Amino acid sequence: MFPILQVGPLAIQLPGLLLLAGVWVGSTIAEREAPKRGLSGEALSSLVFFGLVAGLLGARLGYALKYWTVYAEDPLGLVSLNLNTLSAPEGAIAALLTALIVARRHHLPLWPTLDAFATGLAAFAIFAGLADLSSGNAFGAPTSLPWAIELWGAQRHPSQVYAILLAMAVFVMIRRLSRAPAFPGFLFLTWLALAAASRLFLEAFRGGSVIVLGSLRAAQLMSLIILGTALLGLHRRARLAMETEGGPRAEKVTPRQSS
Amino acid sequence: MAKPKASARETEGVPSFIARLADRRRWGALSGAILLVGLVWTGLSATAQQAAGGASPREGFTAPDFRLGLLGGGEVTLSDLRGKVVILNLWASWCPPCRAEMPALQAVYDANRERGLEILAVNTTYQDSEAGAARFVEEYGLTFPVPLDRTGEVSRSYLLRALPTSFFIGRDGVIRSVVIGGPMSETTIRTTVESLLGDG
Repeated sequence: MFPILQVGPLAIQLPGLLLLAGVWVGSTIAEREAPKRGLSGEALSSLVFFGLVAGLLGARLGYALKYWTVYAEDPLGLVSLNLNTLSAPEGAIAALLTALIVARRHHLPLWPTLDAFATGLAAFAIFAGLADLSSGNAFGAPTSLPWAIELWGAQRHPSQVYAILLAMAVFVMIRRLSRAPAFPGFLFLTWLALAAASRLFLEAFRGGSVIVLGSLRAAQLMSLIILGTALLGLHRRARLAMETEGGPRAEKVTPRQSS
Repeated sequence: MAKPKASARETEGVPSFIARLADRRRWGALSGAILLVGLVWTGLSATAQQAAGGASPREGFTAPDFRLGLLGGGEVTLSDLRGKVVILNLWASWCPPCRAEMPALQAVYDANRERGLEILAVNTTYQDSEAGAARFVEEYGLTFPVPLDRTGEVSRSYLLRALPTSFFIGRDGVIRSVVIGGPMSETTIRTTVESLLGDG
């Protein structure tokens, strides 16, 4: 819709800028959350930084491997700023592996670290929605509802607006819950469940969904699996917390008392 | 919809909510109910649609058709090029990144023309000049057709917002990739063209 912000002679690509802003806000929140959970904020921000860098490198290398004959002739193409020549799956794997290595080196415990990221992730989701709104990605299915918007040659559900509103609601919920004491993993798994449930709900209003098994939307099936895993995870973590502490007061770091 | 947190009481509610999460029967029943609602919703929103529909200047949609006069005479109609891979490049002679990527486009054109690649370098004549375009084409020795968008009609229908912008169109007339801004490196152009030519 407004993919380019024209500031005099400068054409700024708004979606990319919003995503960057989202990363910044998200990691700032995670850094603030870290001390409440006995973690070093610096360790978390280096996790984000190296994860992003590795993700970008991995995405470019993954893309280059597919067309290695072309890149063999022009190795400088590897450092191009073009976002079209990136391959997402390889990037994600590289980012994840690097994050794991950095977490190891800083001796970051898994669940409290994930908890520290939960609120930041919820905030990032709002920016991702805004980025989609500005680029017109994740567009809605055609509809004749009075609040339909004109996009890509049809009257469509403003699916990006729905996504932003729901992401805001999830953010508020997670922010509230982050202040309540609970067992390690509670906040992250709750965010994961809410995020999966949101996607499951929202995907129904999208146009251009990937369809599998005849008529089912792939994103919804994926969300169901993630939602189920998160719900099971909550149960497991809660049980473990009760067993290890011999009672429900299971929390090493209760944010209220520690600060 | 499905909110897994039925009870999220704070402070004094803590023990009870952890106990509830740890209670296999109760949590299992709640989780099952949530997943069932999710499954029903998935079934309700099943669809066979997803033919992207009309023409629109974005990935996965048919490229909006046009007919334009060419620099040096003649006409071109986009839909006549079905069966070929088409790079639609919008440019102006005063735009430095447009200049920068032209030699790369020419090189890729020379290498892949025989395999079914066509390049339409649409000059945005309404904000340029025909003489400027002609000088530019001569200077760079461009051999692909240069349609002239005198009225700005094509630029409008392709929602042009930055120069240069390139649309990579598959043999079926569907846009497969959009590159806004530039210059594109020869590598970018070649890999994208390669994947489209390979589609058969």
